[in-house]
Amino acid sequence: MRIRLWGTRGSIAVSGPDTLRYGGDTAAVEVQCAGGNLLILDGGSGIRALKSPYEAVDRVDILLSHLHMDHVQGLPFFPPLLDPDIEVHVWGPGSTTQTLRERISRYLSPPLFPVRVRELANVAFHDVLPGEFEIGDIRITADLITHPGATLGYRLAEHNSTVAYMPDHEPALGHPRFPGLAEWTSGFALAEGADLLIHDAQYRDDEYVDRVGWGHSSISHLAAFTDMTRPRRLVTFHHDPAHTDDDLDLLHETLGAQIANGSELVAGVAGLIVDT
Amino acid sequence: MRNQHPVEMILFRQVASYLTIPIWMMDDAGNLAYYNEPAEQLLGVRFDDVGPLHADKIGEVFEFTDLEGEPLPDDELPIVLALKTKSPHHGELRFRRPDDGWRDISVTAIPIEGQGDRFVGVFATFWEIRA
Repeated sequence: MRIRLWGTRGSIAVSGPDTLRYGGDTAAVEVQCAGGNLLILDGGSGIRALKSPYEAVDRVDILLSHLHMDHVQGLPFFPPLLDPDIEVHVWGPGSTTQTLRERISRYLSPPLFPVRVRELANVAFHDVLPGEFEIGDIRITADLITHPGATLGYRLAEHNSTVAYMPDHEPALGHPRFPGLAEWTSGFALAEGADLLIHDAQYRDDEYVDRVGWGHSSISHLAAFTDMTRPRRLVTFHHDPAHTDDDLDLLHETLGAQIANGSELVAGVAGLIVDT
Repeated sequence: MRNQHPVEMILFRQVASYLTIPIWMMDDAGNLAYYNEPAEQLLGVRFDDVGPLHADKIGEVFEFTDLEGEPLPDDELPIVLALKTKSPHHGELRFRRPDDGWRDISVTAIPIEGQGDRFVGVFATFWEIRA
């Protein structure tokens, strides 16, 4: 699989000279599969910039982790959703009372947005529950992870290559002595031994203290989660909108010093391409 | 991939660890997954000393009778009924602590279901009946 990060920022898109290197667009990750499938993880503002790959395919699959705005705001600006010649499948979590389509309709309808879901061209919605399903040659494992509201993490497997995606995740939530046992750790099964783990890296430790329960990781918790799950490579994601490029350089320096199990740390900068 | 509890169980365990009422949790297969410190006080044994326990082994550690002292089959325990029927159950029973002291308790067991009608386990809270 070839992974390209189009948007790595969390919470809200940002712009300006202080965020040019890491990028300001919110969550969108392109996955080019060896078998030819094109998958996109989340539909944040970064999906708008994703241009050329879909011109060569007649089907695009978008996997949504959850429906917070920074993960869906770019959807109506993604041209294939308005192109009848491209089949778009949107996968993601329903709620306990509403389907995925109904939930997305709350955003894609006036007064929040002028275009309605029914006006999209050739789109199918699929509610995802914890479990496995396949798209082409890709086997996808989905599981609910700790973040406010129904939020899925994904593990993508193609041949011997695995990618785990948990953009918004607070594995230490309420845990008095994190890290604890693997079986009681949210997201463990998805991330364990992956070739590539793309994971929430939003807060410095001192920031996390005032944001417990917001659904994101501190750097120390991410380091502990990485040591526990032992991915070959860790790509940081969901950068705090208040963090400048220089802040993020320091944050990665701190994180790199804490990871002890040999996982390679890769800074999640917009435009990054990783082959697995 | 190794086994990992569903997030509903993980979060419920976290809540239970902060509560002052006894909580007992079983997974969807009937295995004892966790009980909290208030439950440890009443049961007389630390969870780490006995658990987690496979469903078949629970009866070897904890002995239950009805309030008259007659043996209580496993499938009449409120938590087992909740597990089998996936509906709440309540009952009163007597159990023996490792120190051989007997306690009469009232038990309410409630199934834990996640979205998509996923049955992930059962929790029970219990309290001592004092004469």
